[in-house]
Amino acid sequence: MKLVTKNLTFKPEDEYYLNDVSLEFEAGRLYTILGRTLSGKTSFLKTIAGLQPVDEGEITLDEKDFRSIPVWERNVAMVYQQFINYPHLNVYENIAFPLKQRKMSAADIKQEVAVAISQVGLEGFEARKIQELSGGQQQRVGLARSLAKKAKILLLDEPLVNLDYKLREELRYVFKNLFDSDLSTESILIYASTDPQEAMQLNGDIVVIDEGRVLQTGPAKEVFENPLNIKVAEITNDPAMNILPGIIDDKEIIFNEDFKLNLPSHLSHLDSGKYFFGVRATDLNLDDSGFSFTVDISEISGSETFLHIHQDELKVVLMIEEVRNFNLDDQVKISMDMNRLYVFDANGDLIFSPYRGN
Amino acid sequence: MKTLYTTLKYSAVTLWSMFVIAPFLWAISTSFKDFNSVTSGVSYIPWLQFEPSFEGWKVLIKPASEGGINIVEPYFNSIFVTLTSSLISIILGTLAAYALSRFTFKAGFVKNSDITFFFISQRIMPPIVLSIPFFLMLGYLSLLDTLMGLVMVYIVLLMPIAVWIMVDFFNKVPREIDETALIDGCNPYQAFYKVVLPNSIPGLIVAGMFCIIFGWIDFFFAFILTFTEVQLLPVAIVALNSSITPWWSLSAAALVSIAPLIVVAFIVERYLSKGNLSGAIK
Repeated sequence: MKLVTKNLTFKPEDEYYLNDVSLEFEAGRLYTILGRTLSGKTSFLKTIAGLQPVDEGEITLDEKDFRSIPVWERNVAMVYQQFINYPHLNVYENIAFPLKQRKMSAADIKQEVAVAISQVGLEGFEARKIQELSGGQQQRVGLARSLAKKAKILLLDEPLVNLDYKLREELRYVFKNLFDSDLSTESILIYASTDPQEAMQLNGDIVVIDEGRVLQTGPAKEVFENPLNIKVAEITNDPAMNILPGIIDDKEIIFNEDFKLNLPSHLSHLDSGKYFFGVRATDLNLDDSGFSFTVDISEISGSETFLHIHQDELKVVLMIEEVRNFNLDDQVKISMDMNRLYVFDANGDLIFSPYRGN
Repeated sequence: MKTLYTTLKYSAVTLWSMFVIAPFLWAISTSFKDFNSVTSGVSYIPWLQFEPSFEGWKVLIKPASEGGINIVEPYFNSIFVTLTSSLISIILGTLAAYALSRFTFKAGFVKNSDITFFFISQRIMPPIVLSIPFFLMLGYLSLLDTLMGLVMVYIVLLMPIAVWIMVDFFNKVPREIDETALIDGCNPYQAFYKVVLPNSIPGLIVAGMFCIIFGWIDFFFAFILTFTEVQLLPVAIVALNSSITPWWSLSAAALVSIAPLIVVAFIVERYLSKGNLSGAIK
């Protein structure tokens, strides 16, 4: 089974919701659409589901036109970011709803619902009202309803984003099990996310999307290691990759008067001129022999500390793997791991990746 | 301090309750009086202060030939007209409201909100402005002095209320619920009646209540558009008035006429107190 979109474009007003989106999806693989809020992820999923029109473009499933099929005959399933269920039905009836629509026999419905309920771990909650469930349970009901349908295309629109940390971990585990089960060999799974870490954990193919336009596609590892341009580098890293404008001048990389580095030998082939240098927050280190920066904010997140620092116009974020307190305007000294340096040209396109070389 | 506050609070509530209940008590006691009891000064308590009489109530069900004014027929006319027009208004109004809430209409500068306002604007005009056009239109259709004609006019008056309440209500039902229904194999009509409608019951009840109340209490159009064949309750009650004002039968008729509204209010109150309206959907 193969789902193909060709030149999907939707521009209802001044802004592109989708801009020339051409993608291919195959059964048995998990695709993660990674992009910031309002980048067109939901638009794309809704277009596949048939809930949103497009101005132009084609969608085909196994080379048959898919765009002209109305939503209710498409056999897709979608889980929303908000917990969307039918409030007037209980858990069992919610999950059975699409099956009843399909005029399945009562016995079959009972069996399918029982399977779906055990897949998401909601045993014992069949008779509960939706309003009596927690957010995580409500989302499980939505997921179970989608699974029970055995849809050919399963669309997941940031299903974990409205959950708290612990529930997110639990449900992520449920997802992982599902994606490893035989469901995934029969269906096309498309998962939209804003969270690069989540996308890497799901470890499928990644589609990076921004302002309705596809920037890069490929296996998660490949996209993470070799982002095609600055935009992708920012979107696929959290915190976003630090991008520093600088000049290569003979034997030096010059960021500003006080921040100059010797040009490492593996970059010596680059011509003199203006470049953008990318470095991940994890590849900056506190180093007493390094360059002096001033602290703006420090955020402690779990066992890590994110330090926002600046030197003149240069602003970077650095991650320390310990919990430390810093005060505003503290001076810190940092160094960067030159073997981890990305180089982008003046247009923002990748010209050197530490994983791939030039 | 707290006791003082509680005392004041309860005094205020008691005072207000008396203010509201007193007219009812007065109407009830008057309905059991006869001409002498009404005219012989202030009296409240039956048997002690006046001899109760059922004349006021009897008049209401006696046929005209026996000197009564039969309000049974106007009563059922009123029930028929109110319920029929309310039902049709709710059905049409709900469908219109759903369309206005979910679909985008554009005709030149006219947009959804303008259409919604058009409906409400029907209620902005004073009724007297509409009376002549309605009279002429019903005349041309030979529907003057018929129940059908009244039902049609009331639909015009009641449907805007239904549209107005339901548009607001549907706007609070997340669109994603409709979308999920479509994804789950409902066509748009099934999505409406299988999913959206069952979740809009509180809204339907409120809209229905308003339609029934406004339909039931209307005197103006019932008076202008009927002559002799068909009479609605408010008109019949006013017709009780003759050279001698029969306070006893007027009171009895007034009590009988508000009874259905009290029943409706009690039923609706139970639904409304179940929680706030939009709380039905999270």
